[in-house]
Amino acid sequence: MAISKNHVLKLYKTMLRESEKFSSYNYRLYALRRVRDTFKDGKSLTDSTEITEAVHKAEETLEIIKRQVVVGNLYAAEKLVIEKKAEKELTSRQGIRESCLDGDRNT
Amino acid sequence: MIRLSQMYALGQKSRGAKDISTAVYFGTFAVNQYCDGRVSNRQYATAPQVLGLPKERKPIDFTKQLPTDGRPLYLDAQATTPMDPRVLDAMLPYLTHYHGNPHSRTHAYGWESEKAMEAARKQVADLINCDPSEVIFTSGATESNNTAIKGVAHFYGAKKRHIITTQTEHKCVLASCRQLEGEDFKVTYLPVNNLGLISMEELEKAIRPDTALVTIMFINNEIGVRQPIRQIGELCKSKNIFFHTDAAQAAGKVPIDVNDLNIDLMSISGHKIYGPKGVGALYVRKRPRVRLEPIINGGGQERGLRSGTVPSPLGVGLGAACSICKQEMDYDHKWMELLSKRLMDKIYGSLDYVVRNGDPVNSYPGCINLSFAYVEGESLLMALKDVALSSGSACTSASLEPSYVLRAIGTDDDMAHSSIRFGFGRFTTMAEVDYTADHCIKNVKKLREMSPLWEMVQEGVDLKSIKWSRH
Ligand SMILES: Cc1ncc(COP(=O)(O)O)c(C=O)c1O
Repeated sequence: MAISKNHVLKLYKTMLRESEKFSSYNYRLYALRRVRDTFKDGKSLTDSTEITEAVHKAEETLEIIKRQVVVGNLYAAEKLVIEKKAEKELTSRQGIRESCLDGDRNT
Repeated sequence: MIRLSQMYALGQKSRGAKDISTAVYFGTFAVNQYCDGRVSNRQYATAPQVLGLPKERKPIDFTKQLPTDGRPLYLDAQATTPMDPRVLDAMLPYLTHYHGNPHSRTHAYGWESEKAMEAARKQVADLINCDPSEVIFTSGATESNNTAIKGVAHFYGAKKRHIITTQTEHKCVLASCRQLEGEDFKVTYLPVNNLGLISMEELEKAIRPDTALVTIMFINNEIGVRQPIRQIGELCKSKNIFFHTDAAQAAGKVPIDVNDLNIDLMSISGHKIYGPKGVGALYVRKRPRVRLEPIINGGGQERGLRSGTVPSPLGVGLGAACSICKQEMDYDHKWMELLSKRLMDKIYGSLDYVVRNGDPVNSYPGCINLSFAYVEGESLLMALKDVALSSGSACTSASLEPSYVLRAIGTDDDMAHSSIRFGFGRFTTMAEVDYTADHCIKNVKKLREMSPLWEMVQEGVDLKSIKWSRH
């Protein structure tokens, strides 16, 4: 059975969406990077059995990701300094934007 | 406390004191406390050695560090690696429902666990291209090394009483050899050159008719240097000597084929390859057969070489870790190269007088050991408390001696004390490397600005006599 392009695209998007849910910064970023690179490499596959094999493997990995996201969230740890820093920068930037908007309104 | 002497000296200088020579230079690199000659310490570079008063270093209590905003980044992959989620996923069923003893022969619980254990053994074997029956599960590389070294020595000890190793081995190899010396075995500890590599000529010269074993590590855990394993294997084969290699830092990270490389015994550790702690493996060649006297006696599991119930969940974890490493080896290796290049480019682009310890060519890119001249390693580690790093400075450990590995490659004590090991892994991100490099650069600059010796360097005071040997 040939695998449709649509199916692969959907699988790719689901894997990215599930990977985003890892509570650990390092697991999350690795999963995203690995999924992207695997699908990028997979584009060059032409043999239909190879494609089927790759898709099955990806489907298995997706199940692992889903389970491990749950496990990871059960025992989530404090965030890393690098995440907290990014969060702070984000909120301060939002703060600036809001005060700018306020300024606009005032003038 | 550390900087007090320097502050004092700078203060003196700003008050117009001209000659600040003596004490200041001590203060540059060490806690400025004179002691009664107990600790000898070579001075770094051109710092004048005055009064012959050695300085004393005090261990820093790292538990007293200020709390940081968030957990530190992890850049200590040589100490241990986090478990891969895929490994945990493979293990969980055996930590829960499938709890049987893999050696139980009479019921399904035993059979399930045994099947999983044997599948894992095959995964380990596939990584290093050997037969599954040549893989023995142990508790880790320490046990594998002990079993291999003491096992060969004791089994062949009636005729062969000599062992060759190197000065830069892991403590567990050195301590096993010391133990054997206590039993009247002779051990040659080969020196390494200033890149950390052994010399094949010296190895050949050290071989005696009664040499039983050569044990040389694959990749060094402190400086990442890769020994010429292929040549050593060939030499040992031609001389009919068993060759053991501690591949705790190499297995799963670089391709290893024990047949191609003529390795007779090899140690693997689970927790260095994204597997669980407390499990490892020992490869023991069957053809030609290597015989060992076991350290642990009992029920005769693992071909009688390591009695005791194999912890099947850990075994399954080690197997999964090996299988993932095999599948991801190229991908991981490319990532390590990318990360190390990024770190080196950043640091070398912004800082002078940084020395890389160990051979930059024959090395594993995931381990970079740098010494920052004119900086105290302890202060730098404290300043970099946002990042979990390891240092060649002894003040991180119980003993006050600096790293024996750095000593063996001829690094002087001050440079050893200012060394930091950056260890990358599969889960290290580019942003983490950038963060670490930026903080490192910022803090080295800051610490150097506080150092009078650095001021002298900036003023062009004679630096010709400094040996920047491994630059
Ligand atoms: C080269 C080397 N050998 C042996 C060991 C010890 O391994 P384990 O913790 O599995 O006993 C280590 C880890 O510290 C190592 O780096």
